[in-house]
Amino acid sequence: MISINKLTKKYGERTALAEVSLTIGQGEIFGLLGPNGAGKTTLIRILNRLTAFDSGEITMQGTPLTMNSKALQTAIGLVPQHINLDGELTVLENLELHGRLYHLPKEERKVRIKELLSYVELADRADDFVQKLSGGMKRRLMIARALLHQPRLLFLDEPTVGLDPQVRRRLWDLILSLSSQGLTVLLTTHYIEEAEALCQRVAIMEKGRLIACDTPQAMRQKLGTYAVEWVDSAGIKTEFFTERPKALSFIEQLAGNAVLRDTNLEDVFVELTGRKVSP
Amino acid sequence: MIYDIITVCWRDWLVLKRRLGRFILARMISPILYLVAFGWGLGSQIQAYQGRYIDFVVPGILALNSMLLSFNAVGSPLNMSRLYHKTLEEYLVAPISYTSFVFGKILSGMLRGFISSSVIILLAYLFGAHFKLGLVFWFVLVLNCALFAALGFVAAMYMGSHEEMANFNTYVLTPMSFLCGTFFTADRLPVLMQYVLEVLPLTHTSHALRQAAGSGELLWSSALVMILYTAGFIGISIVKMRQCKE
Ligand SMILES: Nc1ncnc2c1ncn2[C@@H]1O[C@H](COP(=O)(O)OP(=O)(O)O)[C@@H](O)[C@H]1O
Ligand SMILES: [Mg+2]
Repeated sequence: MISINKLTKKYGERTALAEVSLTIGQGEIFGLLGPNGAGKTTLIRILNRLTAFDSGEITMQGTPLTMNSKALQTAIGLVPQHINLDGELTVLENLELHGRLYHLPKEERKVRIKELLSYVELADRADDFVQKLSGGMKRRLMIARALLHQPRLLFLDEPTVGLDPQVRRRLWDLILSLSSQGLTVLLTTHYIEEAEALCQRVAIMEKGRLIACDTPQAMRQKLGTYAVEWVDSAGIKTEFFTERPKALSFIEQLAGNAVLRDTNLEDVFVELTGRKVSP
Repeated sequence: MIYDIITVCWRDWLVLKRRLGRFILARMISPILYLVAFGWGLGSQIQAYQGRYIDFVVPGILALNSMLLSFNAVGSPLNMSRLYHKTLEEYLVAPISYTSFVFGKILSGMLRGFISSSVIILLAYLFGAHFKLGLVFWFVLVLNCALFAALGFVAAMYMGSHEEMANFNTYVLTPMSFLCGTFFTADRLPVLMQYVLEVLPLTHTSHALRQAAGSGELLWSSALVMILYTAGFIGISIVKMRQCKE
Protein backbone atom coordinates (compact mmCIF):
# COMPACT_ATOMS: atom_id res chain seq x y z
CA MET A 1 0.00 0.00 0.00
CA ILE A 2 2.71 2.45 1.05
CA SER A 3 6.36 1.80 0.68
CA ILE A 4 9.01 4.23 1.77
CA ASN A 5 12.63 3.76 0.87
CA LYS A 6 15.51 5.69 2.43
CA LEU A 7 13.49 8.83 2.91
CA THR A 8 15.62 11.76 4.03
CA LYS A 9 14.55 15.26 4.94
CA LYS A 10 16.69 18.08 6.26
CA TYR A 11 15.64 21.47 7.59
CA GLY A 12 18.86 23.37 7.03
CA GLU A 13 21.43 21.60 9.19
CA ARG A 14 18.87 19.68 11.21
CA THR A 15 17.95 16.24 9.97
CA ALA A 16 14.26 15.59 10.48
CA LEU A 17 14.27 12.19 8.76
CA ALA A 18 17.34 10.06 8.13
CA GLU A 19 17.01 7.25 5.60
CA VAL A 20 13.67 6.02 6.86
CA SER A 21 12.43 2.86 5.15
CA LEU A 22 9.17 1.09 5.88
CA THR A 23 6.20 -0.53 4.25
CA ILE A 24 2.60 -0.42 5.31
CA GLY A 25 0.22 -3.13 4.20
CA GLN A 26 -3.37 -2.96 3.05
CA GLY A 27 -5.87 -2.79 5.92
CA GLU A 28 -3.23 -2.39 8.58
CA ILE A 29 -3.21 0.01 11.51
CA PHE A 30 0.37 1.15 11.51
CA GLY A 31 1.75 3.31 14.30
CA LEU A 32 4.64 5.74 14.28
CA LEU A 33 5.73 6.01 17.88
CA GLY A 34 8.28 8.48 19.14
CA PRO A 35 8.84 11.49 21.38
CA ASN A 36 8.21 15.06 20.22
CA GLY A 37 10.61 16.05 17.52
CA ALA A 38 11.16 12.49 16.31
CA GLY A 39 10.01 13.37 12.81
CA LYS A 40 6.54 11.82 12.80
CA THR A 41 4.70 14.89 11.57
CA THR A 42 7.37 15.52 8.96
CA LEU A 43 6.80 12.03 7.57
CA ILE A 44 3.02 12.45 7.45
CA ARG A 45 3.35 15.84 5.81
CA ILE A 46 5.68 14.45 3.18
CA LEU A 47 3.20 11.70 2.38
CA ASN A 48 0.63 14.43 1.80
CA ARG A 49 2.99 16.55 -0.28
CA LEU A 50 2.81 19.38 2.22
CA THR A 51 6.55 19.14 2.77
CA ALA A 52 9.18 18.42 0.14
CA PHE A 53 11.75 15.72 0.83
CA ASP A 54 15.42 15.65 -0.08
CA SER A 55 16.00 12.08 -1.18
CA GLY A 56 14.46 8.64 -1.16
CA GLU A 57 11.43 7.09 -2.83
CA ILE A 58 7.83 6.79 -1.85
CA THR A 59 5.21 4.74 -3.63
CA MET A 60 1.59 4.64 -2.65
CA GLN A 61 -0.76 2.15 -4.24
CA GLY A 62 1.95 1.41 -6.75
CA THR A 63 2.24 5.03 -7.84
CA PRO A 64 5.39 7.01 -7.08
CA LEU A 65 4.69 10.14 -5.10
CA THR A 66 5.78 13.37 -6.73
CA MET A 67 5.42 16.83 -5.33
CA ASN A 68 3.10 18.28 -7.88
CA SER A 69 0.76 15.45 -8.69
CA LYS A 70 -2.58 15.38 -6.99
CA ALA A 71 -3.48 11.99 -8.46
CA LEU A 72 -3.16 10.14 -5.17
CA GLN A 73 -5.01 12.71 -3.20
CA THR A 74 -8.52 11.32 -3.40
CA ALA A 75 -7.28 8.02 -1.95
CA ILE A 76 -6.01 9.76 1.18
CA GLY A 77 -7.78 11.19 4.19
CA LEU A 78 -5.66 13.42 6.41
CA VAL A 79 -6.23 14.43 10.01
CA PRO A 80 -3.36 16.80 10.79
CA GLN A 81 -1.84 17.36 14.21
CA HIS A 82 -3.15 20.90 14.57
CA ILE A 83 -6.84 21.76 14.31
CA ASN A 84 -7.29 23.22 10.83
CA LEU A 85 -11.05 23.44 10.62
CA ASP A 86 -12.48 26.61 9.13
CA GLY A 87 -13.50 28.66 12.17
CA GLU A 88 -15.72 30.95 10.16
CA LEU A 89 -17.92 28.08 9.01
CA THR A 90 -20.31 25.75 10.82
CA VAL A 91 -19.73 22.04 11.29
CA LEU A 92 -21.96 21.26 8.34
CA GLU A 93 -20.36 23.88 6.11
CA ASN A 94 -16.89 22.56 6.87
CA LEU A 95 -17.93 19.15 5.62
CA GLU A 96 -19.82 20.63 2.69
CA LEU A 97 -16.69 22.55 1.63
CA HIS A 98 -14.58 19.42 1.81
CA GLY A 99 -17.16 17.49 -0.20
CA ARG A 100 -17.07 20.13 -2.90
CA LEU A 101 -13.28 20.25 -2.94
CA TYR A 102 -13.24 16.49 -3.51
CA HIS A 103 -15.92 16.68 -6.18
CA LEU A 104 -18.58 14.61 -4.47
CA PRO A 105 -21.90 14.94 -6.28
CA LYS A 106 -24.54 16.87 -4.39
CA GLU A 107 -26.74 13.94 -3.41
CA GLU A 108 -23.84 11.79 -2.29
CA ARG A 109 -22.48 14.70 -0.31
CA LYS A 110 -25.73 15.07 1.57
CA VAL A 111 -26.00 11.40 2.39
CA ARG A 112 -22.35 10.95 3.37
CA ILE A 113 -22.32 14.04 5.58
CA LYS A 114 -25.42 12.89 7.41
CA GLU A 115 -24.00 9.40 7.90
CA LEU A 116 -20.65 10.63 9.10
CA LEU A 117 -22.05 13.23 11.47
CA SER A 118 -23.97 10.56 13.30
CA TYR A 119 -21.01 8.18 13.06
CA VAL A 120 -18.81 10.65 14.93
CA GLU A 121 -21.74 11.66 17.16
CA LEU A 122 -21.97 15.25 16.05
CA ALA A 123 -25.37 15.15 14.34
CA ASP A 124 -26.89 17.56 16.85
CA ARG A 125 -24.05 20.06 16.40
CA ALA A 126 -24.29 20.38 12.63
CA ASP A 127 -25.23 24.05 12.65
CA ASP A 128 -22.85 25.14 15.37
CA PHE A 129 -19.79 27.16 14.56
CA VAL A 130 -16.60 25.20 14.92
CA GLN A 131 -15.23 27.45 17.66
CA LYS A 132 -18.01 26.28 19.95
CA LEU A 133 -16.91 22.65 19.85
CA SER A 134 -14.73 21.00 22.47
CA GLY A 135 -11.31 19.63 21.56
CA GLY A 136 -12.60 16.08 21.23
CA MET A 137 -15.48 17.18 19.03
CA LYS A 138 -13.15 19.10 16.75
CA ARG A 139 -10.93 16.06 16.43
CA ARG A 140 -13.94 13.89 15.57
CA LEU A 141 -15.12 16.44 13.04
CA MET A 142 -11.69 16.37 11.42
CA ILE A 143 -11.91 12.59 11.21
CA ALA A 144 -15.37 12.83 9.65
CA ARG A 145 -14.02 15.35 7.18
CA ALA A 146 -11.10 13.12 6.27
CA LEU A 147 -13.46 10.19 5.67
CA LEU A 148 -16.01 12.09 3.62
CA HIS A 149 -14.53 11.30 0.24
CA GLN A 150 -14.12 7.62 1.12
CA PRO A 151 -10.34 7.37 1.15
CA ARG A 152 -8.58 4.03 1.26
CA LEU A 153 -5.84 5.40 3.45
CA LEU A 154 -6.28 7.41 6.61
CA PHE A 155 -3.45 9.42 8.17
CA LEU A 156 -3.93 10.50 11.76
CA ASP A 157 -1.26 12.74 13.26
CA GLU A 158 -1.46 12.55 17.06
CA PRO A 159 -5.22 12.10 16.97
CA THR A 160 -5.75 11.98 20.72
CA VAL A 161 -3.27 14.54 22.01
CA GLY A 162 -4.81 16.78 24.64
CA LEU A 163 -7.99 14.74 25.00
CA ASP A 164 -9.28 13.36 28.28
CA PRO A 165 -9.18 9.58 28.79
CA GLN A 166 -12.83 8.72 28.01
CA VAL A 167 -12.78 10.75 24.83
CA ARG A 168 -9.53 9.07 23.85
CA ARG A 169 -11.11 5.64 24.36
CA ARG A 170 -14.02 6.55 22.10
CA LEU A 171 -11.64 7.72 19.43
CA TRP A 172 -9.76 4.44 19.68
CA ASP A 173 -13.02 2.54 19.16
CA LEU A 174 -13.76 4.71 16.17
CA ILE A 175 -10.34 4.03 14.64
CA LEU A 176 -10.65 0.29 15.25
CA SER A 177 -14.06 0.18 13.63
CA LEU A 178 -12.72 2.06 10.60
CA SER A 179 -9.91 -0.42 10.25
CA SER A 180 -12.33 -3.34 10.46
CA GLN A 181 -14.04 -1.86 7.40
CA GLY A 182 -10.86 -2.25 5.41
CA LEU A 183 -9.30 1.16 5.72
CA THR A 184 -5.52 1.35 6.00
CA VAL A 185 -4.59 3.58 8.93
CA LEU A 186 -1.29 5.29 9.60
CA LEU A 187 -1.23 7.06 12.93
CA THR A 188 1.44 8.82 14.93
CA THR A 189 1.52 9.01 18.66
CA HIS A 190 3.79 9.60 21.59
CA TYR A 191 1.49 7.61 23.87
CA ILE A 192 2.74 4.08 24.44
CA GLU A 193 -0.73 2.78 25.44
CA GLU A 194 -2.19 4.14 22.25
CA ALA A 195 0.28 2.32 20.06
CA GLU A 196 -0.26 -0.87 22.06
CA ALA A 197 -4.04 -0.63 22.02
CA LEU A 198 -4.46 0.15 18.35
CA CYS A 199 -1.57 -0.78 16.17
CA GLN A 200 -0.85 -4.06 14.46
CA ARG A 201 2.64 -2.86 13.70
CA VAL A 202 4.66 -0.09 15.23
CA ALA A 203 7.69 1.81 14.02
CA ILE A 204 9.69 3.42 16.78
CA MET A 205 11.31 6.68 15.77
CA GLU A 206 13.84 8.83 17.46
CA LYS A 207 15.60 11.92 16.18
CA GLY A 208 14.57 11.22 12.61
CA ARG A 209 15.75 7.64 12.61
CA LEU A 210 13.66 4.51 12.56
CA ILE A 211 15.08 2.31 15.28
CA ALA A 212 12.64 -0.60 15.25
CA CYS A 213 9.67 -1.73 13.25
CA ASP A 214 7.61 -4.76 14.19
CA THR A 215 4.44 -5.95 15.90
CA PRO A 216 4.20 -4.86 19.53
CA GLN A 217 4.21 -8.52 20.62
CA ALA A 218 7.37 -9.31 18.69
CA MET A 219 9.11 -6.28 20.16
CA ARG A 220 8.19 -7.32 23.66
CA GLN A 221 9.24 -10.90 23.03
CA LYS A 222 12.60 -9.86 21.70
CA LEU A 223 13.24 -8.03 24.94
CA GLY A 224 11.64 -10.68 27.16
CA THR A 225 7.96 -10.78 28.01
CA TYR A 226 8.48 -10.56 31.77
CA ALA A 227 9.91 -7.52 33.44
CA VAL A 228 11.19 -7.37 36.99
CA GLU A 229 11.40 -3.92 38.43
CA TRP A 230 13.09 -2.93 41.68
CA VAL A 231 14.62 0.06 43.34
CA ASP A 232 18.21 0.30 44.45
CA SER A 233 20.48 3.17 45.37
CA ALA A 234 20.84 4.20 41.70
CA GLY A 235 17.09 4.41 41.10
CA ILE A 236 14.55 2.17 39.37
CA LYS A 237 16.06 -0.84 37.67
CA THR A 238 14.47 -3.27 35.28
CA GLU A 239 15.52 -6.70 34.10
CA PHE A 240 13.76 -8.69 31.35
CA PHE A 241 13.10 -12.42 31.15
CA THR A 242 11.63 -14.67 28.51
CA GLU A 243 10.39 -17.21 31.05
CA ARG A 244 8.33 -16.59 34.12
CA PRO A 245 10.13 -19.03 36.48
CA LYS A 246 13.45 -17.36 35.78
CA ALA A 247 11.94 -13.99 36.57
CA LEU A 248 10.51 -15.31 39.85
CA SER A 249 13.77 -16.85 40.96
CA PHE A 250 15.51 -13.59 40.14
CA ILE A 251 13.09 -11.78 42.42
CA GLU A 252 13.90 -14.22 45.23
CA GLN A 253 17.58 -13.47 44.92
CA LEU A 254 16.87 -9.78 45.31
CA ALA A 255 16.73 -8.70 48.89
CA GLY A 256 14.47 -5.63 48.48
CA ASN A 257 11.01 -5.08 47.03
CA ALA A 258 10.65 -6.15 43.45
CA VAL A 259 7.62 -6.46 41.19
CA LEU A 260 6.94 -8.72 38.25
CA ARG A 261 4.99 -7.21 35.35
CA ASP A 262 4.52 -7.57 31.62
CA THR A 263 7.02 -5.89 29.36
CA ASN A 264 5.54 -2.95 27.44
CA LEU A 265 6.57 -0.76 24.55
CA GLU A 266 7.91 1.84 26.93
CA ASP A 267 10.52 -0.72 28.01
CA VAL A 268 11.32 -1.43 24.40
CA PHE A 269 11.78 2.24 23.73
CA VAL A 270 13.95 2.81 26.80
CA GLU A 271 16.10 -0.19 25.93
CA LEU A 272 16.58 1.00 22.38
CA THR A 273 17.24 4.65 23.06
CA GLY A 274 18.21 4.93 26.69
CA ARG A 275 15.44 7.45 27.27
CA LYS A 276 11.73 7.60 27.84
CA VAL A 277 9.12 8.41 25.21
CA SER A 278 7.09 10.82 27.27
CA PRO A 279 9.17 12.56 29.92
CA MET B 1 -11.57 23.95 -12.92
CA ILE B 2 -14.59 26.28 -13.07
CA TYR B 3 -16.28 24.12 -10.45
CA ASP B 4 -13.25 24.44 -8.15
CA ILE B 5 -13.14 28.20 -8.59
CA ILE B 6 -16.80 28.34 -7.63
CA THR B 7 -16.12 26.18 -4.58
CA VAL B 8 -13.44 28.57 -3.36
CA CYS B 9 -15.74 31.56 -3.93
CA TRP B 10 -18.67 29.75 -2.37
CA ARG B 11 -16.81 29.45 0.92
CA ASP B 12 -15.98 33.15 0.97
CA TRP B 13 -19.50 34.06 -0.05
CA LEU B 14 -20.94 32.02 2.87
CA VAL B 15 -18.80 34.06 5.23
CA LEU B 16 -19.61 37.38 3.59
CA LYS B 17 -23.34 36.66 3.30
CA ARG B 18 -23.68 36.28 7.04
CA ARG B 19 -22.41 39.79 7.68
CA LEU B 20 -23.42 41.51 4.48
CA GLY B 21 -25.46 44.14 6.32
CA ARG B 22 -22.63 44.99 8.68
CA PHE B 23 -20.13 44.82 5.83
CA ILE B 24 -22.02 47.39 3.75
CA LEU B 25 -22.63 49.67 6.71
CA ALA B 26 -18.97 49.64 7.67
CA ARG B 27 -17.95 50.31 4.06
CA MET B 28 -20.04 53.50 4.04
CA ILE B 29 -18.19 55.24 6.85
CA SER B 30 -14.87 56.23 5.30
CA PRO B 31 -16.34 57.16 1.88
CA ILE B 32 -18.84 59.44 3.63
CA LEU B 33 -15.98 61.06 5.54
CA TYR B 34 -14.02 61.53 2.34
CA LEU B 35 -17.03 62.97 0.57
CA VAL B 36 -17.78 65.35 3.41
CA ALA B 37 -14.17 66.44 3.87
CA PHE B 38 -13.04 66.62 0.26
CA GLY B 39 -16.35 67.04 -1.51
CA TRP B 40 -18.25 69.47 0.64
CA GLY B 41 -15.60 70.93 2.92
CA LEU B 42 -12.49 71.31 0.85
CA GLY B 43 -14.31 71.17 -2.47
CA SER B 44 -16.38 74.27 -1.80
CA GLN B 45 -13.24 76.26 -0.99
CA ILE B 46 -10.91 75.36 -3.80
CA GLN B 47 -11.18 75.84 -7.51
CA ALA B 48 -10.57 72.49 -9.12
CA TYR B 49 -9.00 71.84 -12.46
CA GLN B 50 -11.77 71.87 -14.98
CA GLY B 51 -14.89 71.49 -12.94
CA ARG B 52 -16.07 70.93 -9.47
CA TYR B 53 -13.65 69.31 -7.07
CA ILE B 54 -16.19 66.71 -5.97
CA ASP B 55 -16.48 65.43 -9.53
CA PHE B 56 -12.72 65.25 -9.64
CA VAL B 57 -12.31 63.45 -6.35
CA VAL B 58 -15.01 60.77 -6.66
CA PRO B 59 -13.05 58.60 -9.14
CA GLY B 60 -10.03 58.97 -6.85
CA ILE B 61 -11.99 57.84 -3.83
CA LEU B 62 -13.34 54.89 -5.82
CA ALA B 63 -9.86 53.93 -6.96
CA LEU B 64 -8.34 53.98 -3.51
CA ASN B 65 -11.32 52.35 -1.86
CA SER B 66 -11.61 49.46 -4.28
CA MET B 67 -7.85 48.99 -3.93
CA LEU B 68 -7.99 48.75 -0.14
CA LEU B 69 -11.09 46.59 -0.09
CA SER B 70 -9.97 44.03 -2.64
CA PHE B 71 -6.47 43.86 -1.23
CA ASN B 72 -7.61 43.33 2.33
CA ALA B 73 -10.40 40.93 1.38
CA VAL B 74 -7.75 38.52 0.12
CA GLY B 75 -4.51 39.49 1.84
CA SER B 76 -5.15 39.35 5.52
CA PRO B 77 -7.45 36.30 5.70
CA LEU B 78 -5.20 34.31 3.38
CA ASN B 79 -2.10 35.24 5.36
CA MET B 80 -3.82 34.12 8.59
CA SER B 81 -5.05 30.97 6.92
CA ARG B 82 -1.54 30.13 5.76
CA LEU B 83 0.31 30.94 8.98
CA TYR B 84 -2.05 30.60 11.94
CA HIS B 85 -5.23 28.68 11.19
CA LYS B 86 -3.50 26.39 8.70
CA THR B 87 -6.75 26.13 6.77
CA LEU B 88 -4.79 26.69 3.57
CA GLU B 89 -3.52 23.12 3.95
CA GLU B 90 -7.01 21.81 3.36
CA TYR B 91 -6.84 23.37 -0.11
CA LEU B 92 -3.23 22.34 -0.72
CA VAL B 93 -4.08 18.73 -0.02
CA ALA B 94 -7.39 18.68 -1.91
CA PRO B 95 -7.50 17.61 -5.57
CA ILE B 96 -7.94 21.13 -6.89
CA SER B 97 -5.35 23.01 -8.88
CA TYR B 98 -3.40 25.93 -7.46
CA THR B 99 -4.68 28.03 -10.33
CA SER B 100 -8.29 27.39 -9.37
CA PHE B 101 -7.57 28.41 -5.83
CA VAL B 102 -5.84 31.62 -6.90
CA PHE B 103 -8.66 32.59 -9.24
CA GLY B 104 -11.31 31.71 -6.68
CA LYS B 105 -9.71 33.88 -4.02
CA ILE B 106 -9.18 36.78 -6.39
CA LEU B 107 -12.77 36.62 -7.60
CA SER B 108 -14.14 36.74 -4.10
CA GLY B 109 -11.82 39.64 -3.29
CA MET B 110 -13.16 41.39 -6.39
CA LEU B 111 -16.70 40.80 -5.24
CA ARG B 112 -16.07 42.66 -2.01
CA GLY B 113 -14.39 45.52 -3.84
CA PHE B 114 -17.29 45.62 -6.26
CA ILE B 115 -19.97 45.75 -3.56
CA SER B 116 -18.26 48.54 -1.70
CA SER B 117 -17.63 50.47 -4.92
CA SER B 118 -21.33 50.29 -5.69
CA VAL B 119 -22.08 51.69 -2.26
CA ILE B 120 -19.72 54.60 -2.89
CA ILE B 121 -21.19 55.34 -6.29
CA LEU B 122 -24.64 55.59 -4.72
CA LEU B 123 -23.30 57.84 -1.98
CA ALA B 124 -21.48 60.02 -4.49
CA TYR B 125 -24.72 60.63 -6.36
CA LEU B 126 -26.41 61.50 -3.10
CA PHE B 127 -23.67 64.03 -2.48
CA GLY B 128 -24.41 65.58 -5.84
CA ALA B 129 -21.43 64.42 -7.86
CA HIS B 130 -21.71 64.15 -11.65
CA PHE B 131 -19.89 61.47 -13.60
CA LYS B 132 -20.52 59.13 -16.52
CA LEU B 133 -21.22 55.67 -15.23
CA GLY B 134 -20.74 53.56 -18.33
CA LEU B 135 -19.38 50.18 -19.21
CA VAL B 136 -15.85 51.55 -19.47
CA PHE B 137 -16.04 52.96 -15.98
CA TRP B 138 -17.15 49.64 -14.53
CA PHE B 139 -14.50 47.82 -16.53
CA VAL B 140 -11.70 49.92 -15.08
CA LEU B 141 -13.14 49.63 -11.59
CA VAL B 142 -13.45 45.84 -11.75
CA LEU B 143 -9.98 45.57 -13.27
CA ASN B 144 -8.65 47.57 -10.33
CA CYS B 145 -10.36 45.16 -7.93
CA ALA B 146 -8.71 42.22 -9.73
CA LEU B 147 -5.32 43.92 -9.67
CA PHE B 148 -5.30 44.54 -5.94
CA ALA B 149 -6.99 41.27 -5.00
CA ALA B 150 -4.10 39.60 -6.83
CA LEU B 151 -1.58 41.84 -5.05
CA GLY B 152 -3.28 40.84 -1.79
CA PHE B 153 -2.66 37.21 -2.69
CA VAL B 154 0.99 37.87 -3.45
CA ALA B 155 1.48 39.78 -0.20
CA ALA B 156 -0.24 37.03 1.80
CA MET B 157 2.18 34.48 0.39
CA TYR B 158 5.30 36.55 1.04
CA MET B 159 4.59 38.20 4.38
CA GLY B 160 5.71 36.09 7.32
CA SER B 161 3.31 37.40 9.93
CA HIS B 162 0.19 39.37 10.54
CA GLU B 163 2.37 42.29 11.55
CA GLU B 164 4.24 42.25 8.24
CA MET B 165 0.88 42.34 6.47
CA ALA B 166 0.00 45.46 8.44
CA ASN B 167 3.35 46.97 7.49
CA PHE B 168 2.67 46.27 3.84
CA ASN B 169 -0.51 48.26 4.21
CA THR B 170 1.31 51.13 5.89
CA TYR B 171 4.31 51.32 3.59
CA VAL B 172 2.77 50.43 0.24
CA LEU B 173 -0.98 50.93 0.15
CA THR B 174 -1.40 54.04 2.29
CA PRO B 175 1.14 56.13 0.34
CA MET B 176 -0.42 54.99 -2.92
CA SER B 177 -3.90 55.86 -1.71
CA PHE B 178 -2.84 59.48 -1.16
CA LEU B 179 -0.36 60.09 -3.94
CA CYS B 180 -1.56 58.20 -6.98
CA GLY B 181 -3.74 60.88 -8.50
CA THR B 182 -6.56 60.22 -6.10
CA PHE B 183 -7.00 63.64 -4.48
CA PHE B 184 -4.87 65.78 -6.80
CA THR B 185 -3.01 65.39 -10.07
CA ALA B 186 0.67 64.81 -9.87
CA ASP B 187 1.71 67.57 -12.28
CA ARG B 188 2.75 70.00 -9.57
CA LEU B 189 4.88 67.49 -7.71
CA PRO B 190 8.67 67.26 -8.22
CA VAL B 191 9.49 65.66 -11.57
CA LEU B 192 11.30 62.70 -10.11
CA MET B 193 8.30 61.91 -7.95
CA GLN B 194 6.03 62.11 -10.98
CA TYR B 195 8.09 59.42 -12.67
CA VAL B 196 7.86 57.19 -9.64
CA LEU B 197 4.10 57.69 -9.45
CA GLU B 198 3.71 56.83 -13.13
CA VAL B 199 5.04 53.37 -12.35
CA LEU B 200 2.53 52.66 -9.60
CA PRO B 201 -0.64 50.86 -10.65
CA LEU B 202 -3.09 53.01 -8.72
CA THR B 203 -2.03 56.10 -10.66
CA HIS B 204 -3.25 54.40 -13.80
CA THR B 205 -6.52 53.44 -12.17
CA SER B 206 -7.10 57.07 -11.20
CA HIS B 207 -6.29 58.30 -14.70
CA ALA B 208 -8.43 55.69 -16.41
CA LEU B 209 -11.37 56.11 -14.05
CA ARG B 210 -11.30 59.88 -14.38
CA GLN B 211 -11.17 59.64 -18.16
CA ALA B 212 -14.11 57.20 -18.14
CA ALA B 213 -16.08 59.39 -15.75
CA GLY B 214 -15.52 62.43 -17.94
CA SER B 215 -15.66 61.39 -21.56
CA GLY B 216 -16.67 57.76 -21.16
CA GLU B 217 -13.64 56.66 -23.15
CA LEU B 218 -11.11 54.00 -22.23
CA LEU B 219 -7.58 55.20 -21.55
CA TRP B 220 -5.86 52.35 -23.34
CA SER B 221 -2.34 52.88 -22.10
CA SER B 222 -3.39 52.86 -18.45
CA ALA B 223 -5.72 49.90 -18.90
CA LEU B 224 -2.86 48.00 -20.49
CA VAL B 225 -0.55 48.76 -17.58
CA MET B 226 -3.24 47.57 -15.18
CA ILE B 227 -3.78 44.36 -17.12
CA LEU B 228 -0.04 43.66 -17.11
CA TYR B 229 0.17 44.21 -13.38
CA THR B 230 -2.81 41.95 -12.78
CA ALA B 231 -1.44 39.17 -14.95
CA GLY B 232 1.94 39.47 -13.27
CA PHE B 233 0.49 39.24 -9.77
CA ILE B 234 -1.67 36.27 -10.73
CA GLY B 235 1.39 34.53 -12.16
CA ILE B 236 3.41 35.13 -8.99
CA SER B 237 0.49 33.91 -6.88
CA ILE B 238 0.34 30.61 -8.73
CA VAL B 239 4.08 30.09 -8.46
CA LYS B 240 4.03 30.89 -4.75
CA MET B 241 1.21 28.40 -4.22
CA ARG B 242 3.34 25.70 -5.80
CA GLN B 243 6.25 26.56 -3.53
CA CYS B 244 4.09 26.74 -0.46
CA LYS B 245 5.82 23.72 1.06
CA GLU B 246 8.74 23.62 3.37
N1 LIG C 1 9.00 23.80 9.30
C1 LIG C 1 10.08 23.39 9.97
N2 LIG C 1 11.22 24.10 9.89
C2 LIG C 1 12.32 23.71 10.55
N3 LIG C 1 12.40 22.62 11.31
C3 LIG C 1 11.30 21.86 11.44
C4 LIG C 1 10.09 22.21 10.77
N4 LIG C 1 9.16 21.28 11.08
C5 LIG C 1 9.77 20.40 11.89
N5 LIG C 1 11.05 20.73 12.12
C6 LIG C 1 12.03 19.98 12.92
O1 LIG C 1 12.04 18.64 12.48
C7 LIG C 1 12.11 17.76 13.57
C8 LIG C 1 10.94 16.79 13.52
O2 LIG C 1 9.75 17.47 13.81
P1 LIG C 1 8.32 16.78 13.73
O3 LIG C 1 8.22 16.03 12.47
O4 LIG C 1 7.31 17.83 13.97
O5 LIG C 1 8.36 15.79 14.96
P2 LIG C 1 7.17 15.04 15.70
O6 LIG C 1 5.94 15.19 14.90
O7 LIG C 1 7.64 13.63 15.81
O8 LIG C 1 7.05 15.68 17.04
C9 LIG C 1 12.15 18.61 14.82
O9 LIG C 1 13.48 18.73 15.22
C10 LIG C 1 11.59 19.92 14.38
O10 LIG C 1 12.15 20.96 15.12
MG1 LIG D 1 4.14 15.91 15.45
